[in-house]
Amino acid sequence: MTDLSTFSPASTDSKYSVSVRDLTLSFGSLTVLGNLNLDIHDGEFLVLLGSSGCGKSTLLNCIAGLLEPTDGQIFINGRNVTWEEPKDRGIGMVFQSYALYPQMTVEKNLSFGLRVAGMPKEDIAKRVARAAAILQIEPLLQRKPAALSGGQRQRVAIGRALVRDVDVFLFDEPLSNLDAKLRSELRVEIKRLHQQLKNTMIYVTHDQIEALTLADRIAIMKSGVIQQLDDPVTIYNRPNNLFVAGFIGSPSMNFLRGDLVEEGGRIVFQTGGVSFSLDGYNASEPLTVGAKVVLGVRPEHIKVDRDVVGGEVHEAIVDIEEPMGADNLLWLKYAGQTMSVRIGGERRYKVGSKVKLGFDMTMASVFDAETETRL
Amino acid sequence: MSNVSSPNTAVAGAAPIKTSLSDGPRGRRPKRMLSRRNIMLYGILGVAALYYLLPLYVMVVTSLKGMPEIRLGNIFAPPMEITFEPWVKAWAEACTGLNCDGLSRGFWNSVRILIPSVVVSIAVASVSGYALANWRFKGSELFFSILIIGAFIPYQVMIYPIVIVLRNMGIYGTLTGLIVVHTIFGMPILTLLFRNYFASLPEELFKAARIDGAGFWQIYSRIMLPMALPIFVVAMILQVTGIWNDFLFGVVFTRPDTYPMTVQLNNIVNSVQGVKEYNVNMAATLLTGAVPLIVYFVSGRLFVRGIAAGAVKG
Repeated sequence: MTDLSTFSPASTDSKYSVSVRDLTLSFGSLTVLGNLNLDIHDGEFLVLLGSSGCGKSTLLNCIAGLLEPTDGQIFINGRNVTWEEPKDRGIGMVFQSYALYPQMTVEKNLSFGLRVAGMPKEDIAKRVARAAAILQIEPLLQRKPAALSGGQRQRVAIGRALVRDVDVFLFDEPLSNLDAKLRSELRVEIKRLHQQLKNTMIYVTHDQIEALTLADRIAIMKSGVIQQLDDPVTIYNRPNNLFVAGFIGSPSMNFLRGDLVEEGGRIVFQTGGVSFSLDGYNASEPLTVGAKVVLGVRPEHIKVDRDVVGGEVHEAIVDIEEPMGADNLLWLKYAGQTMSVRIGGERRYKVGSKVKLGFDMTMASVFDAETETRL
Repeated sequence: MSNVSSPNTAVAGAAPIKTSLSDGPRGRRPKRMLSRRNIMLYGILGVAALYYLLPLYVMVVTSLKGMPEIRLGNIFAPPMEITFEPWVKAWAEACTGLNCDGLSRGFWNSVRILIPSVVVSIAVASVSGYALANWRFKGSELFFSILIIGAFIPYQVMIYPIVIVLRNMGIYGTLTGLIVVHTIFGMPILTLLFRNYFASLPEELFKAARIDGAGFWQIYSRIMLPMALPIFVVAMILQVTGIWNDFLFGVVFTRPDTYPMTVQLNNIVNSVQGVKEYNVNMAATLLTGAVPLIVYFVSGRLFVRGIAAGAVKG
């Protein structure tokens, strides 16, 4: 396994903003997180991505100190905070449901933590004013949360983390309750905020667009295990295993099941009576003849008709056409399997027509059919 | 759109000019007041209201009559001559045993029992409900289950042991003893009420408060309490009516001079000496029932207002 959650750097030096060491969390017999390791650099924007129930929110709650780990350690700024209270960890957190105190005004919501800590009034006022200015919520300060829109509420919730003047921001699906338009607006704002503040941010989401657009690095999780931890481009183009390949990308990657066979001294991929040369494929492990493999190609990495220049040419039949405006998605019947191809929105095809295909092997992925890892 | 000159004539067929299909029904469908459904509905409601109001009417009317008029036997007839004598007598002069100072003594006893019992039981139950909902500790589920089972054990079973416990504590027969009993017996249902209410509040609110550094009591008093007004009103209604109407504990755990109002009422109504003064009995009963009635009327409005103020989605 090239599973990154099992590699463990020995030191816990302070260049990491947040370090998670051998974290295990179980509720009775159910193990949510098993021996998880994760290091997050200072000022990094790390996104924890996964479908619901994969343990991403649980991990975030452990880092925040809202859940007690069964085993393992958590370091923030080189300090072991495993037994510390949430307030002493130097974190701020933003929740999906905003979690604003409904009976307090926006100003009181922002200052609550500081008032609890017994900070002098002038300092509180200064910090609230600064946070309000950054998030442009000054006109809302005297309103109650009920009188705010969803986007404004989430901005206040971010402000509540901001006034605490902490090193690490934790976001727990902060945009999931907003409608699509607001979500994309606030997404940009969060990115801008990160560029401005340069804090470490850990962001939990199940939305791959948010993950790809915001993250410096993405950690893709499945059943409590980090499947791949890499920058968005690597995750997208060189997925570690079949799960990551299928999870990231919409429409998802095309998978063709087949075998590696020898043909004229070269190793080729064979499926349903057709064979592909794997020329240009950058294998991370030596390919062996006879292996059962899965070939993965993204819809935009298949060339159609006039784009096909040289190389092998394959033929397929258009099954369904889905025009999406900017681009056009063709569902093809090919070698007894269904695959999708993304072409320019202006190029239209009739159902049943034949198209020529060219596969870009430099952008393809080959996975072992059994272990599901990248070859 | 040329034929919308009279938009208020929604009655079908009233449009003078027939132009097209758009003349068909539009807008809200008219409803008939005297439909079969309405007659049934209001009929049943009316009968039910009458069923409950008639006894009350008889009591009020009888309490305002003099004894000679009552002896005529027309219990539904309004009083020919209104007299407040029975009310005064019930409140200040009626005899129970050796005391002849009416219900007033029992009223003040009840007040002295009611206020501390309600305050203490709600205070304790709200804190324990909050702890059970938000600060899950080892064995909290078991603790809660035991508490709930407590709600289903018949009171009668526990009376004798409690008598002994109170006697050993030296508070048997005192108001303090009764207050302790009421507080303890209010616990299961009130704790359940508060736990469920606090559990229904979004958990993230509690988490946010913890991140903000608030502790157990700060979260309780500054976050949870202000949001819990509706449930406090519900708990108060339950406790006030329950404790005020209690008879069993009152008669068992107090002495004649500390009897609550209900026990005293029973003694007045059931006294076997002399003539039965129906008017005084009716007045005494109405006086005893006045407190829960007033609580319902007053807090009913508060309750609605509480919901409107508190149930705002954060």
